[in-house]
Amino acid sequence: MKKSVFLGVVAATAMTAGFASAATLDDVKARGELLCGSNTGLTGFGAPDANGNWVGFDVSLCRAVAAAVLGDPAKVKFVPTTGETRFTALASGEVDLLVRNSTWTFSRDTDLKFDFVAVNYYDGQGFMVKKDLGVSSAKELDGATVCIQTGTTTELNLADFFKFNNIKYTPVTVQDDSEAQRQYLAGACDAYTTDASGLAASRATMADPENHIILPEIISKEPLGPVVRHGDNNWGDIVRWTYYALLIAEEKGITKANIEEVASSTTDPEVRRLLGLEGDAGVMMGLDNNWAKNAIAANGNYGEIFEANIGTSTPIGLARGLNALWTQGGLQYAPPLR
Amino acid sequence: MSDTHAETAFIRTEMLGPQLPPVTERGVVKWLRENLFAGWTNTALTLVALFVVFWLVQLALPWWLNGVWNATSLGECRTIAGPEGGACWAVIKARWHQYIFGFYPQDMYWRPIVAFGLMFVALAPVLYYGLRSGARLVGVVAVLTVVSLAALDHDIGHVVLAAVVMAGLFALAWVAPKRLVYVTLLYPFLAFWLLWGGSIWKPVATLAGFGVMVLVYRLIQPRLGVVMGTATGFITACLYWLFVQGSVTAALAGVPPELVPVNSDQFGGFLLAFVIGVTAISCSLPIGILLALGRRSDMLLIKTLSVGFIEFIRGVPLITMLFTASLLLQYFLPPRTNFDLILRVVILVTLFAAAYIAEVIRGGLAALPRGQYEAADALGLDYWQAQRLIIMPQALKISIPGIVSTFIGLFKDTTLVSFVGLLDPLRGVTQIVRADINWKGIYWEPYIFVGVIFFLICFGMSRYSMYLEQKLKTDHR
Repeated sequence: MKKSVFLGVVAATAMTAGFASAATLDDVKARGELLCGSNTGLTGFGAPDANGNWVGFDVSLCRAVAAAVLGDPAKVKFVPTTGETRFTALASGEVDLLVRNSTWTFSRDTDLKFDFVAVNYYDGQGFMVKKDLGVSSAKELDGATVCIQTGTTTELNLADFFKFNNIKYTPVTVQDDSEAQRQYLAGACDAYTTDASGLAASRATMADPENHIILPEIISKEPLGPVVRHGDNNWGDIVRWTYYALLIAEEKGITKANIEEVASSTTDPEVRRLLGLEGDAGVMMGLDNNWAKNAIAANGNYGEIFEANIGTSTPIGLARGLNALWTQGGLQYAPPLR
Repeated sequence: MSDTHAETAFIRTEMLGPQLPPVTERGVVKWLRENLFAGWTNTALTLVALFVVFWLVQLALPWWLNGVWNATSLGECRTIAGPEGGACWAVIKARWHQYIFGFYPQDMYWRPIVAFGLMFVALAPVLYYGLRSGARLVGVVAVLTVVSLAALDHDIGHVVLAAVVMAGLFALAWVAPKRLVYVTLLYPFLAFWLLWGGSIWKPVATLAGFGVMVLVYRLIQPRLGVVMGTATGFITACLYWLFVQGSVTAALAGVPPELVPVNSDQFGGFLLAFVIGVTAISCSLPIGILLALGRRSDMLLIKTLSVGFIEFIRGVPLITMLFTASLLLQYFLPPRTNFDLILRVVILVTLFAAAYIAEVIRGGLAALPRGQYEAADALGLDYWQAQRLIIMPQALKISIPGIVSTFIGLFKDTTLVSFVGLLDPLRGVTQIVRADINWKGIYWEPYIFVGVIFFLICFGMSRYSMYLEQKLKTDHR
């Protein structure tokens, strides 16, 4: 906690001293490349493949922003950041944008002086246990040993949950996900807790997934989203609306495959505004009017990105759940584009 | 007379042949008795140890024997290995190039390979100055370089060119081994150009700065002495690098030869470990020597600065230095400067190692008898001559084990850069490999692979230091 306060102070000093530039858009255009803070490797969300090309759910959003700003989804450089370095990298201007499944919290928004411009994935902390433990609810985990990664918000959530329900547990702290999985499989702990998406990915790759269950309780809210620095609202708007453009595209049924066809035939006024056929939406943000068209053409709409990287057709197999569009009972809702 | 003859007992006329010692006093039995079964305690310990070894082998052997080399995912490995389970080496087969080169573009692998081969050529005169062993090292490296190029690079032109260059260097090493030292001096610039690419004139212009330094030194030294000469030369060279070099490079931009530039963020794996490790090792030794001399100096300012630097750097963990390199430095630099992260890390790792080397060498200096210093004074040598001819050769010889273990530690510490988001072979690349859904859940195999390579390198360094100690041994103990 002390460290984050310290870094926050450093960040604040840097901001007031005007070190980090205000016009990120101009920087990106001048550089001809978007610097996107990414994970050092998280299954489904962001990692380089065998040929060194970055792929993943978060990565696709970076590519969409690059396509919106520079017209080319390939003009993005991914800067791997660790849990410790991510916020300082953003504050110091080393990256323009951080899309690294970072949880939107009060202190990060205010104290660290960042803006979480959207939530591209609603996650929550869950538990995985072995089936033969005979547990069907997290509240039955009294006296259990729980594997937990150190230095994360999940550790604090876990303590809160068990204290609130007045049950005891023994934490087994581990360094990272692979370590946790190893300890859990070796029987060093009865339950493994982390974000539900991470649990699903771990379970999918186990030798015997049928012997492990993910308990129904989700004990915390983990809204993950793209982060930008305070003080450059235009840049924040660009990232936010690029993301919303992907949502609107899903809502309107515009996909990577049919975008040209829709553009030539549509009469829907919102779609026409989105694709730059009417109005000056792009110019208002300092971009081309076909910004959204480029962004959608990069990796498809939100639903396509979800399905291609983490959806039910992939081995990770996450259901849309909270991340379905609002029209289908989820929380993903884009304000009107006008 | 004949009586006496008849009564005399048989007298042997020739010597008996030597007999073998008793069974228990020779060969395997004797060795076993002396080393493994000498007394009750010893026997018991041997049996326990044998049991432990047997137990471990019995646990691990099936895993090693069942290793799967051909599969596309961990799941497939599990299916092939069956219920007993086995190592999934297929992950190494699929991703080895990332462990070695990181994200270096695949069609340019010849560049790091040639740079790596030339590194040994440049090392040969340092390791075996003027000896035939140096030429042998160059020969072996030349063959290995050409073979690995032939295996990994599809451009026959590169292979032929490398073969010709390596053959030339081997001939040079064989005929005039001492001349090879010029290759060593040029190597840093050549390696920089090969690895990062771009116009060759950038490293050449930087090299010219050293030319300026030497020139000024030659002019000043006869008049004002070594210290003034070095200082003036250094300052002139710095002025050149700061103000002149930029325009020289700009004027020559676009003039061939040129290589496709490769960005630092594409470096990873052992390529990154070597870039950081080798640079830091070769720069930290001279800096460390100067710091050690500074710490023993009579001049108050120099002594205070050296002590302050050494104690500060040694008192701070390396991780802190790395975080400083990656996070804090960015705040103090002007906005939008893009100061390469690898360069920042190399500089701080070098300073870190230099502080340790300085203390190791100070130990060597302290071990020299006072008579050596007095003898140097009696001969009328000045400070630098005494250091160069009498003190340093002995002090460095004493410090070899300490220096080499610092180097080994430094090389292994390069894996810590994963904490600042660089792709070190142990954690950085492994994390990326595990992020692939096909290989998620893999645990031991990457660690074993990387560990074996690290062991070979560090063991090599350690053996070389023992060879060097043996070679330089002049006492009669």
